[in-house]
Amino acid sequence: MKSYILPLFIHSVPAGFPSPADDYLDRSLDLNDYLIRHPAASYLARARGDSMEGCGIFDGDLLIVDRSLEAQHGQIIIAALDGQLTCKILDKKKRCLLSANKNYAPIPIDEFSELITEGVVVHSIRHHVLPG
Amino acid sequence: MFCLVDCNSFYASCEQVFRPDLRNKPVVVLSNNDCFIVARSAQAKAMGIGDLQTVFEIKSWMQQQQVAIFSSNYPLYGDLSARVMEILGSFSSQVEIYSIDEMFLYLEDISHSTSSDSMNHYGSQIKNTILKHTAMPVGVGIAPTKTLAKLANRAAKSIAKCHGVCVLDNAKKWDWMKKRTPVNKIWGISSRFSARLEELNIHTALELANADPKYIRRYFNVCVERIVEELNGHACLSLEEIPAVKKQIYCSRSFANKSTYLPTILNAISLYAARACEKLRAQQSFCCSLQVLLYSASYESSCHNRHLVIQLPYPSGDTRLISRTARAAIQHLFKPGIAYIKAGVGLLDLSTRKQQQLDMFHPGQSAKTDQLMTVMDKINSIHGKNSLYIAAEGVHKKWAMRQAYRSPSYTSQWNELPEILC
Repeated sequence: MKSYILPLFIHSVPAGFPSPADDYLDRSLDLNDYLIRHPAASYLARARGDSMEGCGIFDGDLLIVDRSLEAQHGQIIIAALDGQLTCKILDKKKRCLLSANKNYAPIPIDEFSELITEGVVVHSIRHHVLPG
Repeated sequence: MFCLVDCNSFYASCEQVFRPDLRNKPVVVLSNNDCFIVARSAQAKAMGIGDLQTVFEIKSWMQQQQVAIFSSNYPLYGDLSARVMEILGSFSSQVEIYSIDEMFLYLEDISHSTSSDSMNHYGSQIKNTILKHTAMPVGVGIAPTKTLAKLANRAAKSIAKCHGVCVLDNAKKWDWMKKRTPVNKIWGISSRFSARLEELNIHTALELANADPKYIRRYFNVCVERIVEELNGHACLSLEEIPAVKKQIYCSRSFANKSTYLPTILNAISLYAARACEKLRAQQSFCCSLQVLLYSASYESSCHNRHLVIQLPYPSGDTRLISRTARAAIQHLFKPGIAYIKAGVGLLDLSTRKQQQLDMFHPGQSAKTDQLMTVMDKINSIHGKNSLYIAAEGVHKKWAMRQAYRSPSYTSQWNELPEILC
């Protein structure tokens, strides 16, 4: 004879209205949801170098970059400088790119060329214990 | 109105996304095993490098000319393609994935009465958004039928004045373009049919459009007759109806109801995989990589639109291997509690047996296995699906790809993320 395993319900079967608590069931927290507003336009990258330490971005940090945002004055952005993806602070008023380290000079933005940004750095993540 | 969005030199453009130093430079991408050139940037084309040219003929010359050479990197291409598709989803709820780099949109709100200028503006908006959000250059063609949208896209890419967007919204405009399009460049016209059309003294798209549809039906078939209707602005093909031999095969559908139940989604993906494999075998191709896509229902949880690209152990046309791989991918992508609305399978990196045989070091799926599969297909078609199985998959030789020039998997491997100079 075939035997069946039946699930055991530890809760009593509610007759009447469902528990109002059901509406407040929390789903587990998802860092993607929290940190990445535009997934199709965002990418992860690795910081290399010490020129942005004043902003708290250190060598090896993880950067979350959103390409869909319009870069605002004072924001940390990614720009293509001499063909290399580079992280700097955008100074729209003085039309230059700033480092957050006094050992690095500001880089003027060419007056005639429109600055093409490769995204805005929306978060940087420090690893205090190496992941993986 | 229909809209065709087509990425420019897609694989080559993917290689330029995280390498600004290579933009506006000659870039080529090689087929699996580094045998042929399968993609060329505009600058590489201008240097006279041919499509499907064998690599060993011109490798040292290319290196001399500082052409950037890449092995194909399907995880990267699949990721960027999925991004483009997702962004297009914000422009229209009806998107057909035609191939890894081409998507048809049905633009509900745009009709014949919409002004050309505002259609052009909408096309530019699509083009500019994708460029800004993904660094992927695309061409956009808008027209009242899919066949004319394909023609419009051709114009958008080949005529500099179009700046990547072309709207063919009236007969005067599409006649101009048809006059300049040879029949072998029309979507859905095979080389066999175009040779026969030439014999009938039909050389351009305009001449085909002016032919009597009944006459065309008698000499060819109903598909060619539909192309004639489409060329005259009468829409016959809806989204998901596909005529031609393809470089990738996609099968994706929305579910009838959203689903949070894994077995339902697994059933769906098996069906799509089987469909895609039938098409693959019908055009006598093999595939080397597989993309599996899974879309969540609500806009808020768009983070759960996920995809995975998997490389098969050897080029294969085996439904069971591909379906098994697709199911494993879904099990990886699925998250409990999320309602999913759409799933899809893409067979990428297609090759023919002829191309396989040119590589004597990696024979891949053997001719004997091909015969076995054909016999199995026949038995299974007579006695029902899966009447006959292969007991051991171990008969195949392990097939290792040669990928000497592969770029990092920038978007899918933690230790290969793009590095940013700080």
